[in-house]
This record gives sequence, structure tokens and C-alpha cells, in this order.
Amino acid sequence: MVAQNIFFYVIAAGMVGAAVAVVTTRNVVRAALYLIAVFAGVAAQFILLAAEFVAVTQVLIYIGAIMVLMLFGIMLTRARIGRDVDMTNDHWWVGVGTALLLAAVMAYSLIDRWGDDALPVDRQVNSVGGSNTATVSDSIFSQYLIPFEIVSVLLLAALVGAIVIARKDR
Amino acid sequence: MDDLMLNQFLLLAAILFSIGVYGVIARKNTVMVLMSIELILNAVNINLLTFGAANRDVAGAVFALFVIAVAAAEVGVGLAMVLIIYRNRQSVDLDEVDSMRG
Repeated sequence: MVAQNIFFYVIAAGMVGAAVAVVTTRNVVRAALYLIAVFAGVAAQFILLAAEFVAVTQVLIYIGAIMVLMLFGIMLTRARIGRDVDMTNDHWWVGVGTALLLAAVMAYSLIDRWGDDALPVDRQVNSVGGSNTATVSDSIFSQYLIPFEIVSVLLLAALVGAIVIARKDR
Repeated sequence: MDDLMLNQFLLLAAILFSIGVYGVIARKNTVMVLMSIELILNAVNINLLTFGAANRDVAGAVFALFVIAVAAAEVGVGLAMVLIIYRNRQSVDLDEVDSMRG
């Protein structure tokens, strides 16, 4: 149990540091690489929460697909890579104020509501055949079948829309 | 302090969410704003899985997977829009995309 706590705090410190670097660094490519570190940390936290399938999906989709898309976007809009100044607008202090206020309110309410609640030691869900992944898939393809189909139609529509928006010959 | 607390995951997610909100407000580059939105969506996923683990319910994992799929769709459309803004204006500076302003 103590080992899990050490693991959590080391990963969490790295994630918060990398996330701050994402929103403060002056180099777009470096921001993307720090974002990969945040995503890897999130996947590690998912493992701690006994959700191994979501953790693997996080690595495949976020680190494997979304970040490649982001790097392509940076590459194709590289007007600002040479000039690393002026990545933050003039009203950044509004963002600092909003973020600090939001964090304070959320921290107060979370501590007020879930002050000392511990997670169950056995975090496996009540499972079929001892496997979390089997439970997730059974749940998706029975109880959540309609939302699953809607999400697949949404993905198709989004990809067709992306092609239509970005193509050159119009 | 033996066991993992519910709150440590929720507070981590709250901090990541606030950092993402700062990035959305303060960044000039459109691609950086999209990255900050990804930070926010990841914070939401941590919350979903934390409550799923606390209730020993699989719904948290299922909805985290849906959020990941929606995030992939959002990045695809968002980057296509960024590309066409860049093609029309040779810039991805959000301060210059202000033609909605009267």
C-alpha cells in the first residue's frame, strides 16, 4: 500500500510539472513532447486505479494517434516554430486568476465532501472470469450498445468532416 | 496514509483541469489551445475512473473510453479547421482570427 502511494506521488509530481511546462513553454514542439509525458502519467494512474484496458487505450490513442496528429498540425502550420517569442497573449493574468480560483474552489469542495474516504483495497470491478477487460467489453456490448454505436457514427462523421474541411480543391 | 485516498486522484485531476483552463485562456497559438483542451479531457477521464474504482463499477471505464473516442474526433476536426485557417491567413494566431468581432 505504501509503495502505491509513493508511486502515485512521484508520477503525479511529474505530471503536474509536465502539464505546467505544456502551457508555459515557448516552443510548440517541446509542448507536444511534454504533453506526451502527461498522457503517459495519466496511463500510469489508470493502472493504479485497476483499469488496465483504459490505460492501454490511452497509450494507443493519445500517445500513438492524437499526438502524431498534433505533431502533423504543428508541422503544417510551422509559421511560429522559428520565432519562439510571443506564445502567450497579453491577458495571460486573466488565465492565472481563473485557473487559481477554479483550483481553489474545486479543492475546497472535494476536501469538504470526500475528506478521508479511501478507495477500496480491491479495486477490481465485480468481474466475469476475474478480468476487468472482459467486464468492460461485456458492459459495452450489452448495456451501453446504443451509445457505442452512436460514438462510432460520430467518429465516421468527424473524419469525413475533417477531410471535407481540409481538402484543397474547392 | 496506508491506502490510496479518493481525494488524491480527484485533486490531481482538479489541478490538471485548472492548468488546462489556463492554457486555453492564455495561449495564442491555436494548436496549443487544442493541446490544453486535451489536458482538460484527461482530467475528466481520471475523475471518471476514480469514481468507477470507488464504486467498483465498470461504467467509469466505459465512459472514459467514450471520452477518448470523442477526443479523437474533436482533434481531427479541430486540426482540419486550424489547417484551413492557416491556409487562408498564413497564421495560427488566435488574436488575428477576430472577424466575428464587429
